[in-house]
Amino acid sequence: MTETVSHETVSRSLDRRLFLQQTAGGLGTVALGHLMSRDGLGAGTSGAAGDRSHSLAPRQPHFPPRARNVIFIFMAGAPSQLDLFDPKPEMRRLHGQPVPGSFLDGLEDPLIKGSAVVFASPRTFRRYGESGTEYSDYVSHLGGVADHACMVRSVYTDVANHHPAQLIMNCGTNLWGHPSFGSWVNWGLGNAADNMPGFVVLLSNSGHGVDGGASLWSNGFLPSIYRGTTFRSSGDPILHLTSPEGVTRKAQSGRLRAVADLNRLRQVRTGDAEIAARMANYQLAYRMQSAGPELLDFSGESQATHSLYGLDAEKTRWFGTNCLLARRMVERGVRFVQLYHSTWDDHSNLNANLKTNCDMTDLPAAGLITDLAQRGLLEDTLVVWGGEFGRTPMHEIRRTSGPGSDGRDHHRFAFSMLFYGGGVRGGTVIGQTDELGYHPTEDAIHAHDLQATMLHCLGFDHELLTYRHQGRDFRLTDVGGNVIEKMLA
Amino acid sequence: MVIRPILAVLLFAGAVVSAEPGGEKAPHWSYRPVRVVAPPEVPHPLRVTNPIDRFVQHRLATLRIDPAPLADRSTLIRRVTLDLTGLLPEPAEVSRFLADRRPGAWARVVDRLLASPHYGEHFAREWMDLTHYADSDGYLTDQLRPVAWRYRQWLVEQLNADTPFDVLTLRQLAGDLLPGATLEDRLGTGFLRQTLSNREGGADPEEFRVKQIVDRTEMVAATWLGLTVGCARCHDHKYDRVSQREFYGMYAFLNTADEINIYAPLAGQAVPFEKALAEYHLRRDKLLKPLADELVLLQARWEARLLEAAARPGRDFRWDRRWEVLGLVWGGQLGEGQLEGWEIVKRDRHLRTRDESDRLLLYFLSHGELVDPAKFKSLKLGEIHSKLLALRSKVPWPTRAPVMREATIPRQAFVHQRGDFRARGPAVDAIPPAVLPPLADGNLRNRLGLATWLVSGRHPLTSRVVVNRMWQHFFGTGLVRSSDDFGVRGEQPSHPRLLDWLSAEFRDRGWSIKRMHRLVVTSTTYCQSSRHRPEIETRDPANRLLARQRPLRVSAEVIRDTALQVAGLLSRRVGGVSVRPPQPESVTSEAYGNSWKTGTGSDRYRRAVYTFIQRTTPFAQGKTFDAPSPGKICTHRERSNTPLQALTLLNDPVFFECAQSLAARTLGPKWIDDTSRLRLLMWRCLGREADAAELERLNAFLVDQRQVFSTGEAAESAGRVAGVAARHTAPDEAAAWVVTSSVVMNLHEFITRD
Repeated sequence: MTETVSHETVSRSLDRRLFLQQTAGGLGTVALGHLMSRDGLGAGTSGAAGDRSHSLAPRQPHFPPRARNVIFIFMAGAPSQLDLFDPKPEMRRLHGQPVPGSFLDGLEDPLIKGSAVVFASPRTFRRYGESGTEYSDYVSHLGGVADHACMVRSVYTDVANHHPAQLIMNCGTNLWGHPSFGSWVNWGLGNAADNMPGFVVLLSNSGHGVDGGASLWSNGFLPSIYRGTTFRSSGDPILHLTSPEGVTRKAQSGRLRAVADLNRLRQVRTGDAEIAARMANYQLAYRMQSAGPELLDFSGESQATHSLYGLDAEKTRWFGTNCLLARRMVERGVRFVQLYHSTWDDHSNLNANLKTNCDMTDLPAAGLITDLAQRGLLEDTLVVWGGEFGRTPMHEIRRTSGPGSDGRDHHRFAFSMLFYGGGVRGGTVIGQTDELGYHPTEDAIHAHDLQATMLHCLGFDHELLTYRHQGRDFRLTDVGGNVIEKMLA
Repeated sequence: MVIRPILAVLLFAGAVVSAEPGGEKAPHWSYRPVRVVAPPEVPHPLRVTNPIDRFVQHRLATLRIDPAPLADRSTLIRRVTLDLTGLLPEPAEVSRFLADRRPGAWARVVDRLLASPHYGEHFAREWMDLTHYADSDGYLTDQLRPVAWRYRQWLVEQLNADTPFDVLTLRQLAGDLLPGATLEDRLGTGFLRQTLSNREGGADPEEFRVKQIVDRTEMVAATWLGLTVGCARCHDHKYDRVSQREFYGMYAFLNTADEINIYAPLAGQAVPFEKALAEYHLRRDKLLKPLADELVLLQARWEARLLEAAARPGRDFRWDRRWEVLGLVWGGQLGEGQLEGWEIVKRDRHLRTRDESDRLLLYFLSHGELVDPAKFKSLKLGEIHSKLLALRSKVPWPTRAPVMREATIPRQAFVHQRGDFRARGPAVDAIPPAVLPPLADGNLRNRLGLATWLVSGRHPLTSRVVVNRMWQHFFGTGLVRSSDDFGVRGEQPSHPRLLDWLSAEFRDRGWSIKRMHRLVVTSTTYCQSSRHRPEIETRDPANRLLARQRPLRVSAEVIRDTALQVAGLLSRRVGGVSVRPPQPESVTSEAYGNSWKTGTGSDRYRRAVYTFIQRTTPFAQGKTFDAPSPGKICTHRERSNTPLQALTLLNDPVFFECAQSLAARTLGPKWIDDTSRLRLLMWRCLGREADAAELERLNAFLVDQRQVFSTGEAAESAGRVAGVAARHTAPDEAAAWVVTSSVVMNLHEFITRD
């Protein structure tokens, strides 16, 4: 054996060649196609139209995409659209009065019972940018990037419970065990990143983890190579990325070399192609061990960038770090970065809690948009901001309320989400709601419609991106979804 | 077997009904009755050890393909030990088998393994996949279920005792309904208790009850029928002839089953409990006597308000909410039946058991103040509550267990339009889909009727589906590759006659699972070499013809167990409560409010089947190696191959600790040279002799690492790398052996059963 890990390029190329010789039969193993195409030897299976093997080879979507990457900022717990994005001055007049009966007819939502009274937002709104879109004082930084935003004020979903609704927004159905958006994209496009997985999950919060946990970035019934890889904001960015205590990089590289050599001996004897895939994965793991720390090392970023993401302030550092990580990953070819921030579930003390979350996230999220735009990355990066549903126009009636402790309940009939870059039309507002913000009055848009539209931006026909499981062709949009042309640039 | 005569009676009731479904065209293969077929003749009878081989070799012969040669003995014992117990053969067991030249050596190994207590642990995991077992509720609050393990324990015991499959079926679906049901019978219904429970404020309990019944319906269909009926929940099944109405016909069998927990004393718990219980009731009655009438009246008023809110919601939201809360929080953190509180309140006071009344009283005392706050205060009910709790704390309550029972108040099933629990369509009765044999006249239209129907012998699917999953276990894929779909869109069997022969063997000879396992692993087909055969690769790329065995990456659980085993760390204790072995803290803080108090002592080293499963944050190493999501029925696991797996085996402190212990074991024996130690290391991990090239490479690595750990920066850390291995030798030497051990544990072969 002549290669050494200090000459990684040589070693990698050797291994790849060996790998190719021995798996030329075309066993659908991990990384095979990936390595092939990166060596320029067998570029891509035929993408979405062809016979998709279980590989991470970069693939072409159905038609030329507008977006190549997605950063989905998921605001778990349901942020209050009425206090952030959808001003309802008329509610002032109705404040404290029972909701007109006409709104409640036929309503069977378990959380909204008859005796609720209207809760006008105490926030002040103003218009931003050339588009003149209104944002509340809590999200003035997002207001600052209003001209990049396509704001949809008329989103609705099927259920008003956190976990099921989070599943709908992330996986297209409220059943457990279905693939998440990122898994579908990773499966559809393969992985273009050199030293990183193609679907990465980042978490931040104001006290709680995200309700749905790992079910929200599950590969579901897709092969597990498409599962979201959870990075952490403290400790190991990827689980077990650090060598055991005391094992130096030199010792680690020696260990990997020995493993590779012995695996190779075995492969020659048995002809088992799976061993070659195993070897390739050990090499990617080793590259991730060096690429991971480099990814996390922000020392090369300018002070201006640090400030843009709020890394220099305690309140914004956590979420800002994740936003900057998201940009750095997109630069390194990661297709789908999912950020979760929780929780926005403000049943009481809405004023105070909403401010806490906005203080943590408003500046960094806007900073991300600005930074992506400055670097020319926003053109082909689709950024999404939103939660699983919205909050009621009435104030919370389940708990006794003291002054200032008002909150809002779960509301699934109308809420707002923001979309940036990647083929959506900036500086627009789509959809309207009635004077209470209770129901859409124009352009009601279901979660599946948004998913269909996002897939469209990525170059996919959402009805054709399917996977056969238990005798049925499943897709992200379940049995619904229409591309919303109005959202597209 | 007490249950046999009962079963005979139940089955007799249905013995005469025709199995032929009425249809215009020939029914799909899997809906036709199992044929009794004779094994075919083969050209080389000497290669045959049992009829399985005749079917497989007959097919190969027609294509002029020879079967693969037998695997060598060390491969075979490793293969069968992993397949039957999920553990590696101990080096002494390998040596003994290699030396055993008497006839019947293989059968002796197989019989020893079938009798091992670890057999039940290994196969229990497959049932746990089917029923998506977990130790917590799921959903937002994901509260703990501290007695979920009782079902797992039951499984291990039943499988070790080789309880026949038909009896297993009756017990798991309807153990409580068997005449004279024993505790053992009832514990089986824990199978149905693995559905999720939503205790999040605002959840509609009826919505989530309906979801549970849907989940159970799908579980039964997947486990026994190999059918995915989930689509028919919302609309008529597009491909299979299961209409939406028929889905709810199946659903109706399960709709009247309610969740409850029962006292299920472990050995030694019953006698002291009963003694203390009598004493408790005396003291309790004494405590309550002074306010007896007033308390009863007050509680009756509270119950009346609740029932009124239940019947006519929307009048007083405070009581609506109280009713909802009772349905949500009852028995939370104890894994009790969530809706039991509702059921008790609905039932007439005189029809409640003493235990039910007592637990409802406790709930009332802590949650009932709204009915009359002044009275609550004047009667000092808060104080009474504390005193009652103090009395209860003196009772050595026996361990409870999750089971099912038939609802005491009848409940009609409906078609739910579009699958929406609120949109009730026509009422439906319990009835199987028309493409399958009808229920016999004598069969009850309840879970017992359903279970009896499933194992009635004339059922075309049950035995086929179950033996196919067995085949999948021993060959990686089933004879029907889509083991979860025997319907019209599923795949055809590769060997239809073999499938039917196996099904008939299973069904007609007492449904013994161990007998079937023995049959498969003693076949020549199973014992073939797994070596890649380039000459037939193009003709049979997926090895559907079974012209060889297949190397299979072992499961997440087996990877962990065998690493602990070669390290000498594995605890072999069978059964007991779930344990929390070490894992990174960052994993468990991902979801709301979870905490992971890492176990100590041998709890760190129990078999993976005993690892606590928190639904929202499943055990990280398990997830990395494809343990299924604990929210979804799984009939067939993925075998992925990812960089995260490499990182785990290389760097996870648990696996590195195993390498340290393994090195310590390797360094233990005195007066032997490096080569002997390396051979020992390979022998322990791979169950075979290392060859010269391997020894040379390992030796070169060892020499290199000695160098690394004796100089510079690495020398300083040698002690930390060495861990327990430093007991036997100098830190640099020990460290070199630790990383060498870890190399062997990172080999693909270590996590593969060839």
